[in-house]
Parts: sequence; C-alpha cells; structure tokens
Amino acid sequence: MASVNNNGSSDALIQVRGLNKAYRRGGEEIQVLQGLNLDVDQGDFVAFMGPSGSGKTTLLNLLGGLDVPSAGTVSVSGDEITHMSSSKLTEWRARHVGFIFQMYNLIPVLTAFQNVELPLLLTRLSKSERHQHVETALSVVALAERMHHYPRQLSGGQEQRVAIARAIVSDPTFLLCDEPTGDLDRRSADEIMVLIEELVNQHGKTVLMVTHDPIVAARAHTLLHLEKGVLVEAGKAKPGQTISAGSEA
Amino acid sequence: MKFRRLIQANLFRRKARLLLTLGSFTMALFLFAFLAVVREAFTRGESVASASRLVTINRVSIIQPLPLSYRDKIAALKGVQAVTHNNWFGGVYQDPKNFFPQFVIDPENQRKVMPELIVPDGQWDTFLKDRQGAIVGARTAERFGWKVGDRIAIKAPPYLGGQAWQFNIDGIYHGQKPTDDESQFWLQWEYFEQNVPPSFKNMAGWYVVKLDAPDDAQRVAKAIDTQFANSPYETKTETESQFAASWVNQMGNIKFLILAIGSVVFFTLLLVTGNTMAISVRERTGELAILKAIGFKDGTVLLLVLAEALTIAFVGAVLGLGLATLAIPALAAALNGLLPNLILSKSMIAAGIGFALATGALSGLLPGIGAMRLRVVNAFRRI
Repeated sequence: MASVNNNGSSDALIQVRGLNKAYRRGGEEIQVLQGLNLDVDQGDFVAFMGPSGSGKTTLLNLLGGLDVPSAGTVSVSGDEITHMSSSKLTEWRARHVGFIFQMYNLIPVLTAFQNVELPLLLTRLSKSERHQHVETALSVVALAERMHHYPRQLSGGQEQRVAIARAIVSDPTFLLCDEPTGDLDRRSADEIMVLIEELVNQHGKTVLMVTHDPIVAARAHTLLHLEKGVLVEAGKAKPGQTISAGSEA
Repeated sequence: MKFRRLIQANLFRRKARLLLTLGSFTMALFLFAFLAVVREAFTRGESVASASRLVTINRVSIIQPLPLSYRDKIAALKGVQAVTHNNWFGGVYQDPKNFFPQFVIDPENQRKVMPELIVPDGQWDTFLKDRQGAIVGARTAERFGWKVGDRIAIKAPPYLGGQAWQFNIDGIYHGQKPTDDESQFWLQWEYFEQNVPPSFKNMAGWYVVKLDAPDDAQRVAKAIDTQFANSPYETKTETESQFAASWVNQMGNIKFLILAIGSVVFFTLLLVTGNTMAISVRERTGELAILKAIGFKDGTVLLLVLAEALTIAFVGAVLGLGLATLAIPALAAALNGLLPNLILSKSMIAAGIGFALATGALSGLLPGIGAMRLRVVNAFRRI
C-alpha cells in the first residue's frame, strides 16, 4: 500500500525521497515540489489529486523519468533513476514505464496495431512475436477486431483503450496515467477505469494516476493530495473497496 | 527494417507535400543530368584526348593557315612518330541546320595518328583510290541514313565558291569507346586541293603530331614552335587536351557556367527541402515527444527524420535521372549534331544520386537535431 513520509515498507517498488522540483521563470524561482517522500508497493493503485499547478503532472514526469528533480531521489525496483544519463533513462523508460495520457497521443498515421507495436520496435522480438504481443494487448482492451483502424476511425474511449494497450504491450513495471479520463464522457470514463482496475486487480499492475475527477480518484487504492508542492495522504482502501476523495477510508 | 512502416506512414502523411518535394528533387536531378551531359560533351575533347598527340596551329589563330611544307620539318624532329595535316571544309548538306564537322584529311597518315577511329581495311582501300571518296562517322551516317556506296552532294562554303561538291561514301568509321567522336566527315586532300582557289593551295589548317612517348610532349611542342619562330607563319603547339580545352574556352567558361547553375539549383533545393522537413517535424512535435517518452532514443529519432529526407531524395533522384535517361537521346537528336553524342554515364548517375542524398541528409539534419534535442516535458507542455 502506498504511503507518504517514509512510513512505507523498505522494499517498496517505488521509493521517493526528499524530492524537490523548482523552475526558474523570469528570474524568479518557483518551487513546485518540496521534499516529497513516497513509497508505492507492487500492485498498488495510487491516485493524485490537487488543484491546477500543484505539481501533479510534474511528479508524474519525475516518476516516469521524463524530467529530472532539483533534489532528491526516485528509485524503482532498487534502480535509482535520478542520476541516470538521458540515454540510460530512455532505455529504462522503455522497459519499466507505460504512459497513458489525457489526449491519448496516438500517432494518427498509424493503425491501432501499429501504434501498439511502437514500444516493441525497440525490443529484440521477432515480427511474429511482436504480432502476438500486440494482439494480446489489444485483446486485453477488447479492441482486437479494430486493430487495423486508424485513430480517426475510433471513438475517444476506443482511442484511450488503444493507448492503454500501447502502455501495457511491453509489460512495464508500472503505469503512469495523466488524466486518463479527462477527455471522455462519463460512460467512456467508467469503461476506462474498469479496464485500469482490471490491470491492477487481475494483472497485478502498479498504477499511478493523476486526476481532477473525484469519482475516478475514488476507484484507486490510495488517494494522495498535492497542495503547494506537499503530498498529503487523503484516503486508503483495501483492494476491492473504494474511497471517497478527501477522507480516510 | 522495423521502422519502415513508421517512416512510410510519416512520408505519406501529407501526400501533396510529398509529391511537391519529390517533384523538386526530380526536376533538380533532371537538370543536373542535363547539365552534366552538356558539360561532358563540351569537355570530352580534353578527357578523350590522347596524351601522345600534339596539335600545331597558326600562332595568330586557328583560322589562319600554315604552309604544307611544315609537315616534313615537323616529322623530322626527334620524338615525332607521325604527322598528319587537316583542313576545315565547312560545307552544307541540304540545310544549314544539318551541321556536322567536315575535315579534309591526309589519307597517308590519318590512321597512323588517329588509330582509335576505326575504318575497315576494305573501305579504307576504296577511299584511297577514290578522289571523291569520303569516310563518315557512324553517328552521322545513321543520322542521314547514309550507307557505303551512296553518293551525296555537299555545298561548299562561299570562300570555296559555294558550288555543290559530289562525294562517294566509301567507308564508315567507328570509335573504340562510346565517348569517341563518330560525327566527322573526312574528304580527300587531293580533291580539296584541286578545287580551292590558288591562295588556299599548299596550306594546311593545322597539324596533328603523334609522339613516340607522352613524356616528350613539352619538349617536342617547344621544338616545333622554336623552329618556326620569327617566320611569317609562327606556330602554337599544345597537347591535344590543352587544344580541346582552349577550343571550349573560346565559347566562354562553360565549366564555370554549368557549375554555377548546378550550385544554385542544389542550394535552392536544399532550402526548399530543408524548410519542408522543418515544417514536417514541427507539425509532429507531440508525436516525437511520445516516441521519446516510450523509449525511442535521441539517435533513433534523428535517424527517423534523416531516413525520411533521404528516402525523398533517393526516390526523387531515381525519378529525375530516369527521366533524363529517356529525355537525353531526344535532346541530342534535337541538337542536330551541334554537340558530340550526349552520354549519361554511370559515374554521372552515381554523382547525381550522391548529390541528392547529400542534399537530403543536409535538409533533414537541422530538423532532425531539433527533434533529437526535443525535451519531452517541454513538448507536452506545448500540446
């Protein structure tokens, strides 16, 4: 179970210690994250909430190795990623992180199959092995029959499912979801959340999700609030339970 | 090639832009091929010139003659293997547009000095016995449909009276290499001498000197010019290659002109394709960021952009050079023999593809480096 302030298990999958991130804008330093500590266990489902500009996406970027902190460390499965070179970090991302974005971010000129295949192009898998992996990932998101459709031929919900298939196809260590339902109607959002819950509960995936939507956040095992760069534990639930945002379960 | 589909999909993203960029390369390479064959045709004399031949002309100008008596004096010099003398005829066959070079030759020494232009022995023997005989290059014979045994009339230039001279086609010569000039028309010295005004008799237009060894060229050239220095007909002797080069230079600096046009074309192509690639990459900032987020390395992203630019360049080059291969023979025919045979050689095709790929690589390099340096976080902030 995820926890803040160093009270998690020492063998947590993700360990964040003293994480700081500051930006310099027009000569003024803006402190986005201040001394964050966080432990996330394997198979956990963590939701981050907070007002705009509170640092949610910055935290996700730091956890995913897309950005480097001003101070502090992030370790995943014992690998400290904060001091990796850009090239090593790219390799690490390919192996360990699956990204799911609000705007799906599929390549419009590639079919669903080709979009999902992209992360596998960086592996040593043969063409037939890649084909098999892509079909499996698309089956998990129930879109195998649409594999030859282009993103423009799919609904928003279906596009996000393709994006989820792309995120899981290389079997990453954990998934980072930045507002995965932010651009979807309630019904599609529910379908996506059911899918993410399946990934956590049935496939044992670790998911860290940023959202503004309390209904979506309530489906996570742990809800954390970010306010002025500081992380506050807002609620915990046992697997299968839900939590109400902003209160302890 | 795992990334083939990704590159292909990106190329066909905007078909109109792809066609226009391909069209730019196609036209540029077509023009390159055209300029290259014209330049080569102009300068072929230099490249095919024998290293062991000298050309002696009147020091004033090639249109001023030299006494025929010089022949034996030149032949007597150490290092000279054979000497032949020529004159320009300059007649008109049916129409002034039907230009081809007509030379009055010395049958005794022509084949000794120009062994690369091959006339079958039987045809040569007939020519030697026929005062009105003529030997014609295969290309000119084909152009006018002449065969051995045909009788033709060529109108002499005004300075020779402007009358029609009759000729028998006794033979057809072929070059040993495709670059050898097969457009000449040779007529008998005796026939010429009999029909020219007295002031032209016993005068040669120029001498061609065959040397024992190419290393002797400078010494023999100097010896010839020294021998006739301070005479009424001073000479200027050069190697055949130098002579060919100065002949071309009389028409202006053709090499520079062609090089300048070619450079402008490629520089413009570089700007056009560079701009196109830059726009194409800028449009895809978000997609490139995604690729980098999921694990595509900086070098891979650079290579993807370069691969697109190189593919466009290569396909455009193949189309342009293919078009040129089809069009150049038609162009050569339209020039009516004003230039020697236009040949698009393998080395020109290789150079064209090389230039295109270099242009493609340069045009893709800056946007590719931009894509390579793209920071994922910054890109996501923009989309």
